[in-house]
Amino acid sequence: MRFNEAWLREWVNPAIDTDTLVHQLTMAGLEVDAVEPAAAPFTGVVVGEIKSCRPHPDADKLRLCEVSDGESLFPVVCGAPNAREGLKAPFAKVGAELPGDLKIKKAKLRGEPSEGMLCGGSELGLDDLIDGLLELPADAPVGTDIREYLALDDTVIEVDLTPNRADCLSLRGIAREVGVLNRAPLTEPAVEAVAASDETTFPVTVENSDGCPRYLGRVIRGIDPAATTPLWMVERLRRAGLHAIDPIVDVTNYVLLELGQPLHAFDLSKLSGGIVVRQARAGEQLLTLDDQTQELRDDTLVIADDNGPVAMAGIMGGRPTAVSDDTVDLFLECAFFNPLAIVGRARGYGLHTDSSHRYERGVDPALQQVAMERATALIVEIAGGRPGPVTEAGDAARAPQPADIALRAERVTALLGAALDHGEIVDILERLGMTVRETGDGEWTVRAPSWRFDMAIEEDLIEELARVRGYEHWPSRVPSGTPAGEPDGERRLPLRRLADTLRDRGYLEAITYSFVAPDLLAKVDPDHPPLALMNPISADLGVMRTNLFAGLLNAAGRNLNRQIDRLRLFETGLRFVPGADGLAQEPRVAGLLYGSARPAHWEGKPRRVDFYDLKGDVEALTALSDPAAFSFRPGQHPALHPGQCAELVRDGRVVGHLGKLHPRLARDLDLPADLYLFELALEPLRDGLLPHFEPVSDQPRVQRDLAFVVDAEVPAGDLVAAVRAACDARLRNVHIFDVYQGEHIQAGRKSLALTLTFQDPSRTLRDAQVNDLVEQVVSQLKQQFNATLRD
Amino acid sequence: MMENLDSLVDAALAEVAGAADARALDEVRVRYLGKKGEISALLKSLGGLSAEDRPKAGALINEGKQRVQAALDERREALEQAALDQQLSAETLDVTLPGRGEPPGALHPVTRMRRRMEDFFLRLGFDIAEGPEVEDDFHNFEALNIPAHHPARAMHDTFYFGDGRLLRTHTSPVQVRVMQKGQPPFRIIAPGRVYRCDSDLTHTPMFHQVEGLLVDENITFADLKGTVAAFLQYIFEVDDLPVRFRPSYFPFTEPSAEVDVGCVHCGGEGCRVCSHSGWIEIMGCGMVHPRVLEHGGVDPSRYSGFAFGMGIERLTMLRYGVNDLRLFFENDARFLSQFA
Repeated sequence: MRFNEAWLREWVNPAIDTDTLVHQLTMAGLEVDAVEPAAAPFTGVVVGEIKSCRPHPDADKLRLCEVSDGESLFPVVCGAPNAREGLKAPFAKVGAELPGDLKIKKAKLRGEPSEGMLCGGSELGLDDLIDGLLELPADAPVGTDIREYLALDDTVIEVDLTPNRADCLSLRGIAREVGVLNRAPLTEPAVEAVAASDETTFPVTVENSDGCPRYLGRVIRGIDPAATTPLWMVERLRRAGLHAIDPIVDVTNYVLLELGQPLHAFDLSKLSGGIVVRQARAGEQLLTLDDQTQELRDDTLVIADDNGPVAMAGIMGGRPTAVSDDTVDLFLECAFFNPLAIVGRARGYGLHTDSSHRYERGVDPALQQVAMERATALIVEIAGGRPGPVTEAGDAARAPQPADIALRAERVTALLGAALDHGEIVDILERLGMTVRETGDGEWTVRAPSWRFDMAIEEDLIEELARVRGYEHWPSRVPSGTPAGEPDGERRLPLRRLADTLRDRGYLEAITYSFVAPDLLAKVDPDHPPLALMNPISADLGVMRTNLFAGLLNAAGRNLNRQIDRLRLFETGLRFVPGADGLAQEPRVAGLLYGSARPAHWEGKPRRVDFYDLKGDVEALTALSDPAAFSFRPGQHPALHPGQCAELVRDGRVVGHLGKLHPRLARDLDLPADLYLFELALEPLRDGLLPHFEPVSDQPRVQRDLAFVVDAEVPAGDLVAAVRAACDARLRNVHIFDVYQGEHIQAGRKSLALTLTFQDPSRTLRDAQVNDLVEQVVSQLKQQFNATLRD
Repeated sequence: MMENLDSLVDAALAEVAGAADARALDEVRVRYLGKKGEISALLKSLGGLSAEDRPKAGALINEGKQRVQAALDERREALEQAALDQQLSAETLDVTLPGRGEPPGALHPVTRMRRRMEDFFLRLGFDIAEGPEVEDDFHNFEALNIPAHHPARAMHDTFYFGDGRLLRTHTSPVQVRVMQKGQPPFRIIAPGRVYRCDSDLTHTPMFHQVEGLLVDENITFADLKGTVAAFLQYIFEVDDLPVRFRPSYFPFTEPSAEVDVGCVHCGGEGCRVCSHSGWIEIMGCGMVHPRVLEHGGVDPSRYSGFAFGMGIERLTMLRYGVNDLRLFFENDARFLSQFA
């Protein structure tokens, strides 16, 4: 809502300056978004009068004028088509400074002297109503400074209103609020019923009186099609951000701004039969004022005549029945439409108008009569015409009725944290226009005025009390009390611990969008059809991710394009996997790495990352909770290299994958071949152990190194597991210290060298005992893997 | 014999001085002071002296022995020192060369700020609660007193799936879920991702909010004001940070407020960051609307509460001076690594 301060002060004029006024509005919940001068700064422009006007001898389009500033005559060369003898227009004298750093100097134009410039609206930072000079009224006093004459030293205030304060979508509403805050009286312009001077009426039928409880119509005949909108109205509209169009539309816009009531004027000669307010029938069409043809839906309330819809109720009128340059007879509509009948409809057609904005939020249901009379009076004043009687249709009882709301002083205290004097409670509510009836000690029944239809419950009233008194006046304290929930158990690993571990291992945390491109997601996870957004921002953010790889791969691509040749990224967040049991929204942690295994270093060029760097990072995560509960085994994932992919298993359940990016994907996405990824379920990683003390043994440990030759495909993990299985608790540790294939080892076989550490916690192990254990291992591996001891 | 002693001592001292290493030095010791050493031999010859002369001669010999021994010790120490010096010099490294190992990465700045926010409320006894991001209409709107005709529900703002589900537009639905699951009192914050169908210079279709909810007996607007002000002072580490509450409107709170802080960039003088107003809008809050309490199964005649919600990105930008919202989701390593 934009308005100019001078207009506001005609309604209510407290003794406060602009800054205070603006602060007051903001602190009352009418947030001021902008405070701007009504016109750009300029100097030296007065009301001038063209005393004579003749053609320029050397230029077809220029004229030589003699312009009076009330004291002297100045020769002015002017190119405006409407320059003519007797016209009053803004006159920038020599020395004037105009917006855009234009300084007026004496000049010669095609040989003729020119001392000053006659101005159009745009040259003063105003609107151009016509192509040419700004035509001032005949009674404009020549010589008066134009800023003073047009009251341009004024401020435009823009207020960002919350949806509940539709009552302030008008100058009247703002003025009421300012009056309440300052205890200042309101000077409403007198609106008197305009007596009918013509008997003509136009029939109106309301079929849907829930949607339209009140429809006022009035015929005005014989207006002057050549009338123009007075400058004062043009200026108020301009300062409110509206352009003048023609006197009739300007008046309806003016009343909308002034009172908050949308009106619509039809050209009576273009209506046929009578007006019917009804639901649109599917398939009906309407060419609206913005020259779009709208295919109407049956949820839309329309104003129709015998030929079909002529307006979308409360949204926009139709082009064919609109007023135009030659309109002589009008049909003026001033209606109350229920917000529920209007809301969302305009947007459904891609429209948003000053009218729909107000009707959606609510218009004062008691306002229509006043607004009709106000608009009629202004039309007659500006364009003449003979108004007919006002006809009313609909069922006004279906308009919202103000509720009686019970208010208790004790609830005021309980909600706001301090008591408010009973007298002040009543005073504030009455200043707001409410009717307050005392029903007991500190208890009232309150009825809001018709324009405060947002008042429904006690808390609404309490908020008004808090607001008008000022939020800054209420006390402030930090609440006492005890924590409400259960703290996490010690076994539960904090999410932070996992993120910190990755961070400390050199990872940067990424946050990528939860929606990704469907084609990319199909490449990294073809097996899970994703949940698709109905209205994505763009096609490449169209589906909910079913894993976190797509986002990380995008991020890797972008970093590679920016010459980041070494990267570790991780992300935590939900994946969204549709399934038979509904949508699973599961927290995951995923990571990506490429580039050198270590940062560049003076010792030499580090090797590239490989699978075991990746696995080391994943093991660092599993080590935080219960490392023995996890195992890795060869796995398959559509995004990963089939020979370099592991699945992470906990309690027999696959809880994640890690591996090298599938070479085909690397090629398709133009990513490096040695890029590694992991994605793990978060929950299993957070399920930790309580430490349990085990006595430390000082008995000597015995180590034996054994190298086994097995088939190349035998997983080392299986071999180690078999070693453990073959021994008892005296085997303390198994460590793989070498893996070898090549010379001296048969093709298709490999050597795995293990260090076995033995210890008996209570006595010294004898060689014979260790030999027995080793013998058991060798024979078990021989049997299970055809393993032989390497010579 | 005494002349002999003097010359022996002089010779020994000269040899000690000339010994180039520990071994040569030891040879000198053996030659003069060893059991069969030349100075030791003089002691054995004392028997040939008169009882009168013997003590004096013995004392002289011992003195000579001690001088040689002292010289030996001194020389040994000097040689050891020299050897150590040489070793140390040979082992000297260029300590200005970089060390080995992986330098730490960094948490995302949004996470960094989120943790800071969480830490404040954890100290006040709040729990951290979570909720689904794919929400239903009831929890995202209906239960929060946002009726079907509310402007916030329009297609314009919300991502829909076309089957009644949607992407949560705020973290407020967690309020409702928490209340439905438990019994008052409630003290929770709910940080997380939220989604709005909007993308331009100052909007990204996904961003983060922290929702807060405190429901108990005797909770008033004063508790809300005090908690929010203490929180903002903590976040910006400014004790007398100006904080103001402006009336506003949210369907799920009443009274509702927008909270501004004095511009942390210009100190309230007015600058580009605060649009020359001296104030920066930080968050929305209010007393929980009785209908929302009812939807959560809480008796509004017994309990009251406050709720607040704020964007993490906005606080992050103000706190760390980030000037472009979109940087948060580009995941450029050069950006991310600044928040280690």
